[in-house]
Amino acid sequence: MNCEIQRLKADSFRRVSARLKACPDTSLTIRISFTSQALNPLTENPSAPVNVITVTNLIKQFGRFAALRGVTAEFSGGKLYAILGDNGAGKTTLLRTLAGLNQPSSGHVTMLGARKFHDICAQVGYMAHPSLLYDEMSGMENLEYFGRLYGITSRTRCADVIRAVGLDPELARPVGHYSQGMRQRMSLARALLNDPKILLLDEPFSNVDLHSATEMVRLLGGIRDRGTTIFIVTHQASLLEGAADEFVWMEFGKIVDRTRDLKRLADGAEPRHHTSSGAGEGAP
Amino acid sequence: MIPPTASAPSGITRVTLLKDLRLEWRSKDAINSMLFFSLLVVVVFSFSFDPSAEESRQIAGGLVWVAFLFAAVVALNQTWAREIRNQVLDAYRVSPAPANSLFAAKTLGNFIFVSVLEALMTPLFIVFYRLRALGPVWQLLLVAAFGTWALVVNGTFFAAMSLRTRSREIMLPLLLFPISIPALLAMVQATTAILNGEGARFWIVLLGTYDLVFTTVCLLLFETVLNAE
Repeated sequence: MNCEIQRLKADSFRRVSARLKACPDTSLTIRISFTSQALNPLTENPSAPVNVITVTNLIKQFGRFAALRGVTAEFSGGKLYAILGDNGAGKTTLLRTLAGLNQPSSGHVTMLGARKFHDICAQVGYMAHPSLLYDEMSGMENLEYFGRLYGITSRTRCADVIRAVGLDPELARPVGHYSQGMRQRMSLARALLNDPKILLLDEPFSNVDLHSATEMVRLLGGIRDRGTTIFIVTHQASLLEGAADEFVWMEFGKIVDRTRDLKRLADGAEPRHHTSSGAGEGAP
Repeated sequence: MIPPTASAPSGITRVTLLKDLRLEWRSKDAINSMLFFSLLVVVVFSFSFDPSAEESRQIAGGLVWVAFLFAAVVALNQTWAREIRNQVLDAYRVSPAPANSLFAAKTLGNFIFVSVLEALMTPLFIVFYRLRALGPVWQLLLVAAFGTWALVVNGTFFAAMSLRTRSREIMLPLLLFPISIPALLAMVQATTAILNGEGARFWIVLLGTYDLVFTTVCLLLFETVLNAE
């Protein structure tokens, strides 16, 4: 089962889900679902969430290519959103735009009531596909430096975050000598350092072994339960089955579906591919 | 509770500068390249010409500053190279740290690297070209400080500007050299004047003014350059 999942890491979520359904051993899915249900009281409380992110007719063009083609959506606080879609669907562009790294060509984003990202950037954590870490420095040195950018001077805080992602804060070797999985986890630690209210994660599970990825999902579930809104761009949707509050499916630069049920998204995937002109954006 | 604000800009400049010095100490990317390049310039030119003491005083100013200018370009290219490896610059951009703190740290770091290079290479120039200043030596220190700052402040800015271009190592000299001509002229003229025991006040004032103007302009524009796509 583990090998099968590993082999399918690069596949889109639809293919993974289809294989999982066909697989006789469903223990993985059941275990993740159980963990998430235990840690996720907010999903059972409809009065709690408040919109923390509003995206209005967001268009992002790179030259003549439109990566985002009018995304309109609202996202509630204290939820974990899995952003799914094929390569080139606009997932990373959407995440980078939310993180203030891409400026919208038109439309706008309101986060925590602010239109300017700079006003709330201290409350946002961002993890990209590359590690965003200096290879020549140790994990602790990296976190101490990035912590200072947020006004965090406590070495204890850095050590706690490193421990939370399952690494040893005393590890002296430079990040460049880490395995890819360790680098991913240290990158997650960097994103968590400022205790963000909004956490934007781009492919956090890529190159991470199944056990560590499951641990990361559990950690993120706990962070979500403390009120943080989490966006995860991933091709490994099955890892988030049961943990994510909502699966957001993107196609051709638009959000074309949002659902709590990954299987429903997988079942309905084929017809949607042929009617991708964008109806239903932002409708939970 | 984590304070949701950044440290003071001067604090961020200090930690970023210390981080850069630490990275350079470990990798020695910039300083090694600069040293070898300058050493080659000194040795090749000394074998190409065999100037008398008088001739040396006339040409040394130009030789020294052209060598330092070319060597500085090597360091300037390295400055941002380590920030785009693993896209670390994005981590800075999403943080509340001010853009100008990063610029100030990078400029100060480059100033230190190029100053170290100058301190190491100047004795070699003196030996190879049998130099002896007829004017006040303290003025040479002033020219060195102002001149180095002129090179690195523009160099750091244009290196950041050419960061996202495909052939940034070519782009930096193309942008930097034309705009550095007034500063280079002032550096060479001031150095030659001091070596020959003539007055260099005008050139030093010109260099100081150049530094002031371009430092201000770079600080005003750096945030735009940093966030450009």
